[in-house]
Amino acid sequence: MISLSEFLIFGGLLFSISVAGIFLNRKNVLVLLMAIELMLLAVNVNFVAFSHFSGDIDGQAFVFFVLTVAAAEAAIGLAILVTLFRNRRTINVEDLTEMKG
Amino acid sequence: MEKVYLAVVLAPLIASIVAGLFGRQIGRAGAHWVTIIGVAIALAASVFAFYMHVFGGLPTFNAAVYTWMASDMFTFEVGFLIDHLTVMMMVVVTAVSLMVHIYTIGYMHDDPGYQRFFSYISLFTFSMLMLVMSNNLLQLFFGWEAVGLVSYLLIGFWYKRESAIFANLKAFLVNRVGDFGFLLGIAAILMYADTLDYATFFERLPELADIRVEYWPGVEWSLVTVISILLFIGAMGKSAQVPLHVWLPDSMEGPTPISALIHAATMVTAGIFMVSRFSPLFELSDAALSFILVIGAVTALSMGLLGIVQNDIKRVVAYSTLSQLGYMTVALGVSAYSPALFHLMTHAFFKALLFLAAGSVIIALHHQQDMRQMGGLAKKMPITFITFLIGALALIGFPGTAGFYSKESIIYAVQASTLPGASFAYWAVFAGVFVTAFYTFRMVFLVFFGQPRMSDAEYDHVKETPRVVTVPLMLLAVPSLIVGFIVIEPLLFGSYFDDSLRVLATHGAMASLESQFSGAWVMFTHGWVTPVVWMALGGVAVAAIMYLLLPTVLPPLFARVFAWPRRVMQDGYGFDGFNSVFVAGGSRLLGRGLWQIGDVRAIDGLMVNGSAAVVGYMARTWRLVQTGYLYHYAFVMILGLIGLLTWIVFIGA
Repeated sequence: MISLSEFLIFGGLLFSISVAGIFLNRKNVLVLLMAIELMLLAVNVNFVAFSHFSGDIDGQAFVFFVLTVAAAEAAIGLAILVTLFRNRRTINVEDLTEMKG
Repeated sequence: MEKVYLAVVLAPLIASIVAGLFGRQIGRAGAHWVTIIGVAIALAASVFAFYMHVFGGLPTFNAAVYTWMASDMFTFEVGFLIDHLTVMMMVVVTAVSLMVHIYTIGYMHDDPGYQRFFSYISLFTFSMLMLVMSNNLLQLFFGWEAVGLVSYLLIGFWYKRESAIFANLKAFLVNRVGDFGFLLGIAAILMYADTLDYATFFERLPELADIRVEYWPGVEWSLVTVISILLFIGAMGKSAQVPLHVWLPDSMEGPTPISALIHAATMVTAGIFMVSRFSPLFELSDAALSFILVIGAVTALSMGLLGIVQNDIKRVVAYSTLSQLGYMTVALGVSAYSPALFHLMTHAFFKALLFLAAGSVIIALHHQQDMRQMGGLAKKMPITFITFLIGALALIGFPGTAGFYSKESIIYAVQASTLPGASFAYWAVFAGVFVTAFYTFRMVFLVFFGQPRMSDAEYDHVKETPRVVTVPLMLLAVPSLIVGFIVIEPLLFGSYFDDSLRVLATHGAMASLESQFSGAWVMFTHGWVTPVVWMALGGVAVAAIMYLLLPTVLPPLFARVFAWPRRVMQDGYGFDGFNSVFVAGGSRLLGRGLWQIGDVRAIDGLMVNGSAAVVGYMARTWRLVQTGYLYHYAFVMILGLIGLLTWIVFIGA
C-alpha cells in the first residue's frame, strides 16, 4: 500500500521541478508553458491523494475543473505564443525584454 | 431725524459714485456739479442737525440703522451716535469740504483727472462723516481706514510722478503701523467688554477699571492703560504725532485742495476726535494721559522748528499742521478735551484757508512752490494776500482771531495741569508759540513782501486767481477771524460738551481754566499783555527783521552760523533716514532673506523641486529592478508566495 506522504512527496517534487523550470529556464516560452501545466498537475496529484485517503469525492471533482482550466489556459497560451512568434520571429525568453525599465 | 443723518452720509457717497463711475458721461462740469450738490446737501443737513441738537433741544441720538452681521456673541452694526460733539464735527467737515470742492474747480482746471478727483474728495467726505458719526468701534475703524485709503489715492493722484508714488506708499505704510495698535485696542475692548458699541462700553468701564493684565512675567499693567495707549497709537498714525509723523510732510505731493481738506483740516484730526470720543476711557489712566501729553509736546515743538528750514510753501504749512496737531494732543493729555476740539475746529478753518491761499499763490505762479522764487506778491494778489494774512494771524494766535482763543486755552490748561510731564509740555508749547510765529511770518514775508525774486516777465504775468478760488478763501477767512470769539464760552465753559466728554474731578486743568475765564471780550483785551502773545509778536518781529529789513544779510549769516543744526533739521531730525535705513532696509533684508532662503531654497528648492527630485531618484533606482526577464518576475512571485505562506502558517491567519 502506498502511503499518503509518498503521494505528497511526489506532488511536491513535481511542483518544485515546475517552479525551477519557470525561473531557471533561459531558452524558450514553450518550456515555460509546459512548466505551468506541470505545476497544475502537481496540485491535481495532491487533490486526488487527499480525496482518496479522506474518502471524499469532492477533491476528484475539483481535479476536473483544474484540468478544464489548464486546457483552456494551454489553448490561449499557445495562441499567444503563435502570435508572439509571428510578430517577433522568436520565442526566446532572453529576447523578450520589452518590460525592461 | 434718522433720514437727515442718512442724507448727510449718503449724499456725498452717491455723488462720489456718480462722478467716479459715470465721469465720462456727465463730463467735467457734471462731475463738479454733482459732487458740490452732494456735499451741499450734506452741509445743509448737518447744519439742520446742528441746529436741532444745540438749539432745538433734541436729545442724543444713538441707534443702529443697519445690522451688518450678527454672530453668536457680537452684532456688527452701522449706527449713528449724534450728540453735540458729532454735530460740530459734521458741520466742520462738510463746510471745509464744500469750500474745497468749489476751490478745486479752479485749481484742477486743466487736469485730465478732473472727474476722478471730485469723486475722491466726495468719497473722502463720506468716509470722514462715517467716522465721526459712528456709534461703534467697527464703523469707526471702517471710516478710519476709508479716509486712509482716500488719502492714499489722493497723495498719489498724480500717479506718474515718482515722488508721489513714494509719498503715498509711505503714508499708507506709516498709517498701518498706527492702525495695528488701533486694531489691537479694538480687539482688547471686544475681548474684555464684549461689545463694540460706545455707550455699552462706557457703561462697562467701571468693571474694567480694576483689571490688571500681565503680558510678560513681573510686569503688570492696568488694562485701561493698555487699551488707551493702543488706541492712542492709532491716533498717532492718523494725527501724525512723533514718531509716526513722517508721512504728513510728504503727503504734500498731492494736489493742494486735498492737502487742505485731508492733511490739514479733517482727516488728521480723526485721532484727536477719537481720543475725545473716548474721554471716559482715557480719563481712567493717568499713565496714558502723560504719554499723550509728552508725545504731543514733543510734536508741537520739534515739528514747528522744522517749519523754519523749509523752502517749499506747502511744506511750511504742513509742518505747522504737525505742530498744531501737537498742541491738540497736548490738550488731550491734560484732559482739556474741549479746548482740543475747539482748536481742532478753528484750526480746520484757518489751516484750510492757509493751504488754499498757498494753492492760490501756486496757481498764479504756474505751479511754482519754492518760496525763494517768490516775493512781492501782495500788490499783485490782494485777496489772496489778505486772506493768507488772516490765516497766518489766526495760526500764530494773534489776539481776537479764532486761533488766539483756542491756543491760549490750551496753553493755560497745560499750565494748570499737575500731570507728570505737564511742566515740560508747558515749556514746549510756550516756546512753540514763538517758533510758530517765526516760521509763519517768514513765509508771509518771503511770499508777499520784499523784492520779487523771479524774472520781471514772470512777475508782470502774475495776476489774482479766478473767483472760484478766491470766494472759498473769503468764506474761510470769516470763521478764521470770528469763530473763536463766538463759540469759546459755550464750547469750553458752557454745557455744550456735557453729554460727550467726561473729565474726572482729579484732572483739574479745565476747572482752573474756567475759574480764570471771564468772557471772550475780557480775554481779548487782556490778551495783549499775556506772555504768550508777546512770544508770538516776538516771533513776528524777528521774522520781520530777518526777512523784511535785512533779507540779504541775516538769513545767510544764520544759515552759516547754525549750519549743523540746520542740516539736522532739514533732514527732519533723521527720522526719514532712520526709517529708510533701519525700518525699510530691515524689511527689505527680511524680505530678501525670506525670498532667498524661505522661498527659493526651502519651498522651491526643497519642497517643490526636492520632492520631484526624490521621486526621480527613486524611479531611477527602481527601474533597475525591472529587468524585463520573465524568469525574474516569476522568481519574485515565488518569493512573494513563500513569504505570504510563511506569514499565514507561522505568524497568524
